Amino acid sequence: MLLKVDNLTIQFHTRNGITTAVDNVSFAVNSGEILGIVGESGSGKSVSCYSLLGLIPMPPGKVESGTALFEGQDLLAMDQSQLRDVRGDDVAMIFQDPMTCLNPFLTIGEQLVEPLIYHRGYNKKDAKQRAIELMGETGIKKAAQRFDSYPHEFSGGMRQRVMIAMALITEPKLLIADEPTTALDVTIQAQILELVKELQTKRDLGVIFISHDLAVVRGLADKVIVMKEGQVVERNTTKALFENPQHEYTKQLLDAVPSGAKTAGKVSDTKALLRVRNLVTEFYDRNTGKPFRAVDDVSFDLIQGEILGLVGESGSGKSTIGRSILKLVPARGEVTFDGKELLGLSQKAMRPIRRRMQMIFQDPYASLNPRMTVFDTLAEPLLVQGLATRQTVEAQVLELMDDVGLARAAIKKYPHEFSGGQRQRIAIGRAVATKPELIIADEPVSALDVTIQKQILELIKALVDKHNLSMLFVSHDLSVVRALCDRVMVIEHGKLVEIDDTEALWMQPKEAYTQRLMAAIPSV
Amino acid sequence: MLRYTLLRLLQAIPVLFAVITATFFLIRQAPGGPFDAEKPVIPAVKRALEAKYNLDLPVWQQYTQYLGDLFKGDMGPSFKYPGWDVHDLILSGLPTTAELALYALLVALVIGVLAGVFASLKPNTAQDYIPMSLAMIGICMPTFLLGPLLVLMFGFWLEWLPVTGWGDLPGDKILPSITLGAAYAAYIARLTRGGMLEIMSQDYIRTARAKGLPEWVVVTKHALRGGLIPTIAFLGPAFAGLLAGSFVVETIFQIPGLGRFYVQAAFNRDYTMILGTTIFLSTLIIIFNLLSDLLATWLNPKLRSQFRGGAV
Repeated sequence: MLLKVDNLTIQFHTRNGITTAVDNVSFAVNSGEILGIVGESGSGKSVSCYSLLGLIPMPPGKVESGTALFEGQDLLAMDQSQLRDVRGDDVAMIFQDPMTCLNPFLTIGEQLVEPLIYHRGYNKKDAKQRAIELMGETGIKKAAQRFDSYPHEFSGGMRQRVMIAMALITEPKLLIADEPTTALDVTIQAQILELVKELQTKRDLGVIFISHDLAVVRGLADKVIVMKEGQVVERNTTKALFENPQHEYTKQLLDAVPSGAKTAGKVSDTKALLRVRNLVTEFYDRNTGKPFRAVDDVSFDLIQGEILGLVGESGSGKSTIGRSILKLVPARGEVTFDGKELLGLSQKAMRPIRRRMQMIFQDPYASLNPRMTVFDTLAEPLLVQGLATRQTVEAQVLELMDDVGLARAAIKKYPHEFSGGQRQRIAIGRAVATKPELIIADEPVSALDVTIQKQILELIKALVDKHNLSMLFVSHDLSVVRALCDRVMVIEHGKLVEIDDTEALWMQPKEAYTQRLMAAIPSV
Repeated sequence: MLRYTLLRLLQAIPVLFAVITATFFLIRQAPGGPFDAEKPVIPAVKRALEAKYNLDLPVWQQYTQYLGDLFKGDMGPSFKYPGWDVHDLILSGLPTTAELALYALLVALVIGVLAGVFASLKPNTAQDYIPMSLAMIGICMPTFLLGPLLVLMFGFWLEWLPVTGWGDLPGDKILPSITLGAAYAAYIARLTRGGMLEIMSQDYIRTARAKGLPEWVVVTKHALRGGLIPTIAFLGPAFAGLLAGSFVVETIFQIPGLGRFYVQAAFNRDYTMILGTTIFLSTLIIIFNLLSDLLATWLNPKLRSQFRGGAV
């Protein structure tokens, strides 16, 4: 047994009392084996691994009990200097966001060679040679030239390869990977997962793979533990767990993963509520000094009452399309909403139309004013647009809260008092308050846990049906799009690749790019 | 980078122009003139003096004439030091003041950065509170109080260091430099602490720790480069401030620097001297601000590559 963790309990001692983050957790990993740890945010899956290496802040964190035998030695009994010898040498880590996990002030090379220099006493020249070899092995092209590049000169996927190379440079025995593909596009995710799998087999590496994404874990892990509120609720081999889940929570998690296609009837209406023709949005590129086309000659119709999915990888211009339609960024071309051409309108002439077109953003915490209560947030659009009077506004706000599934008692609460899912409900409430006809939703469920995501998707569906809304649903998550949208359009490098009915697109993608995208989707 | 620098320099022209204009007219609003002494001067002599320095012309004409001369690089003669040009007076005091300001800046940097980093390593503990409280005192304490206190302690009680002069006795540069640098050390300590705390909470510091690097490497190699950027951006304004603010220290320690010209010129209504020193110091402030901004930008690899691309 490479690592054997028994009865690990970790508490955080804060001014507001003691919280148990990890409660009597046990797990084990062998060499050449991948253990998946699955759970939603706050389930303690990361803390349980970080604490083994002394990487949680202590205080307030405290290991209350437990042992963690790594090759027979108890990690939890080690002092900081002994732990330092283990970290980055025998046990290495990779993290979620390669954008923020590499030091922007140091070159890739400087960061790559550090473990060799501090753990293995390499000189700089040998370390550099080894680093370049490993960069090549993890799929970084022109490794020797890129050794002296800075992190910002790499794409997200390439940075994660750098992180992996850095983790593996000392030939560790155990790799802890904390959501390593969550911040990446689906095609890049597939490449990184393949790389992890390949390296694990080749080097007989033990891997702990922490993820909220059940499909990814299913495709990768040999065995899985499911965590909830600091406790392990179920453990089994991957096959058995996914085919025959025992615990209620595991079933709930699996059930929440969007799968299959939208079942509701097709939209019969054919009237285009929104007509977009030859839309072009250009930005000034600071690096080259040349204009850069974020949206390049895109044309489509959004039919009254439909949910049109807009998918693409990061940087494809999908969010910019939404913003261009709402005139939040300057664009050229033709955007007709209910027969009115929008792009030529002044901001003032646009104002009455804004009531009829609303937007929902990815991060409800950032898009809600922290100093406004639910009442203030929901009452504001009603009063500004003259849809309510001082006398009627409270009743209307309460009705709106019922609509989006918020408890009426919460009316005087502030955004920070809510969970992420409830905050997204507030944001949706604000968007539908003015009874708009079109909603542009920009990744509205991407920041949410899978069970919450399911609830919000159901809410969106219900609202669309109830109010006969039309929606442009921007997302990178293809499974979500498939479960929600009537039609889907695919965007690559600002250009429209393909637009079709959802099922037709899934079953018979015509374009090569769409086919690649579909092939990269992991499934439960 | 070049385009940005040129743009900044161009922006400095209206600023300087405004400074010159405001100073020129404000100083003439002050009661009295350069040739009003305690002992009345014979009116004929005074008229002759005023004619010699063009003070008998209408104010706007004096103004255009001054601007014209300035454009040719001539700051005019001093009214109070006959035979001296403003230009020469400034240059005579500058080396001493610049040296003093430089030492004070070094004192401020060494003490400030060390204290700031030290405090940031254990935030909200005694290791943080003690140096930061001292820094607060440093900011609050005026130099005319700190200077005499240091003189009393190190000059008279301990008799370790000389208390006047500049370059006459060994060690006579120490007390003035510390007196002048103390407040800036305190500012730098606070800036450094803030910058370091920001960086130490970044994900890449966790990565560095996960690699098993010794803590001193994490701090000096991974955190300090980013953490010092606010401090570096402050160096320019600080150096300019030290040059301009050396008067009190120069007076306490009897140092023949620039400060005395600046202040005495104001008392004496030495119009050209006031204008000259003001223009000189404003130019320095603009240049040093620009230099430290450029340095801080260059230290950030991402911004540096944008500069290389020629944009901005």
